[in-house]
Amino acid sequence: MDITLDLNGTSHRLDVDPRTTLLDALRHDLGLTGTKKGCDHGQCGACTVLMDGRRINSCLTLACMAEGKEITTIEGIGTPDQLSPLQQQFLDHDGFQCGYCTPGQICSATAMLEEIAAGWPSHASGSLEGPFDLSHAEIAERMSGNLCRCAAYSNIVAAIRQAAKADALHKDAA
Amino acid sequence: MKPFSFHRAASVADLPAGATIIAGGTNLLDLMKLEVMTPDALVDITRLSLDRIEPAADGLRIGALVRNSDLAADAVIRRDYPVLTRALLAGASGQLRNMATTGGNLMQRTRCPYFYDRRMACNKREPGTGCAAIGGITRNHAILGTSDHCIATYPGDMAVALRALDAEVEIDGPAPRRVPLADFHRLPGDTPHVETVLKPGEIITAVVLPAPVGGQQRYRKVRDRASYAFALVSVAAVIRVQDGRIAHAALAFGGVAAKPWRDPDAERLLIGQQPSDALFQSAADTVLRLARSQGDNGFKIPLLRRTLIATLRDATGMEAAA
Ligand SMILES: Cc1cc2nc3c(=O)[nH]c(=O)nc-3n(C[C@H](O)[C@H](O)[C@H](O)COP(=O)(O)OP(=O)(O)OC[C@H]3O[C@@H](n4cnc5c(N)ncnc54)[C@H](O)[C@@H]3O)c2cc1C
Ligand code: SF4
Ligand code: FES
Ligand code: FES
Repeated sequence: MDITLDLNGTSHRLDVDPRTTLLDALRHDLGLTGTKKGCDHGQCGACTVLMDGRRINSCLTLACMAEGKEITTIEGIGTPDQLSPLQQQFLDHDGFQCGYCTPGQICSATAMLEEIAAGWPSHASGSLEGPFDLSHAEIAERMSGNLCRCAAYSNIVAAIRQAAKADALHKDAA
Repeated sequence: MKPFSFHRAASVADLPAGATIIAGGTNLLDLMKLEVMTPDALVDITRLSLDRIEPAADGLRIGALVRNSDLAADAVIRRDYPVLTRALLAGASGQLRNMATTGGNLMQRTRCPYFYDRRMACNKREPGTGCAAIGGITRNHAILGTSDHCIATYPGDMAVALRALDAEVEIDGPAPRRVPLADFHRLPGDTPHVETVLKPGEIITAVVLPAPVGGQQRYRKVRDRASYAFALVSVAAVIRVQDGRIAHAALAFGGVAAKPWRDPDAERLLIGQQPSDALFQSAADTVLRLARSQGDNGFKIPLLRRTLIATLRDATGMEAAA
């Protein structure tokens, strides 16, 4: 079937089998291999992308159901010359070893910080009304949908905290 | 994955006959990849306007397409039905909650490993083939309401809280109706493949909550890891204490049966009494009087007992949560 995907700000026309997941459309049909396939069953988060700004597992989404949505992949988050603040913090904090889970971690964390800004509680929140801090427990809980086989977790949490702190300073200054 | 034809629903009244509904896709696509579910046709309902949370007579109407993350974060739910927010936040991951819908969550299928493995006998997947779980590895199986045909659990969290809140399920189709959540999921009996009262051609359009009852609300979930894992057992509790006595008690249990479990006798026993360990022990005895171990899952009996008592102590202010 013919579909149009709005991807990283550009529109792409594709002819896909209805069975094609968004993940396979990105990697195979569009050649955007930044998004990774780990488990293909929603269990690892390697395939995390943003759909209308929200993080989702692209392995459990049909490409044809993503039509008309704004999709952002790691390629749309930043480039080697223009890293996003989170990408820079992952580098500065060594937030990875093999790097396979990293695009998913960064897409997920990008949206997760927006969720905190929007006042969404988590399982780790003492009160449901907030404010929600960026404690280790909060970040670990909110990022639990992203597994890291190399267990770079402590540096991943440090990178996310630093990016959030820098962002808060930036906002205070503005 | 087996081939299927793909349709987009134009309206609730006009679903293609025989097509399987897809909403968030997080359970259905998982099972289709494994060919545990093999629909010939899918109908995408995500563009229907069933995504609102709105006031209903005395309560709240939650559209079937409201995403789990939006429902958990909703200001009214957080304030008036916090047990629901807590149950939602205890389930799955941030990514999955952004896709999972209210209707799909109710309809999610069991996590029995034999159901997932097409080489194994399973009455739920293929009626009449037997049950490989009975006598097999039963760590995640049910202790209540089982039959000789199936011992699987309903694995979800949201529905456990909804059960304690006395929610109803709004169904559209040839005969539109509202069904108490208590009657929505079915125990296995000799037809474990029939999991709910939803008939072919019907669609869940909403979940309806009655007026808020207030009280202390808790959702306590015990699992193998701290996050992103299904419940071994869970307890949803809505408890109101007035003048030192329990005035309202609604308790629902997850991970122990093919439906969110509730025991009116145990609740009745609590009403009008002063909170005490002895009282909570006898409530647990009542809930567990018919519990049966399958072997590996025997630990769920003491685990449910302790989780219930801890939840009751916490909700009645006897002791902060451990
Ligand atoms: C890795 C992983 C971990 C998870 N952990 C948890 C957990 O800890 N706790 C928990 O509760 N859940 C958990 N889940 C399950 C998750 O909550 C469900 O997959 C999700 O809620 C299903 O909703 P959906 O909209 O994606 O449903 P879909 O996958 O779209 O549909 C599921 C079923 O519901 C039917 N359906 C959907 N909408 C309707 C409707 N409106 N009317 C009638 N039928 C309908 C479909 O036909 C299908 O049979 C987990 C899932 C994964 C993959
Ligand atoms: S317990 Fe139920 S779902 Fe599991 S194998 Fe037996 S029949 Fe199938
Ligand atoms: S590849 Fe999608 S969650 Fe693992
Ligand atoms: S860095 Fe290797 S999996 Fe995370």
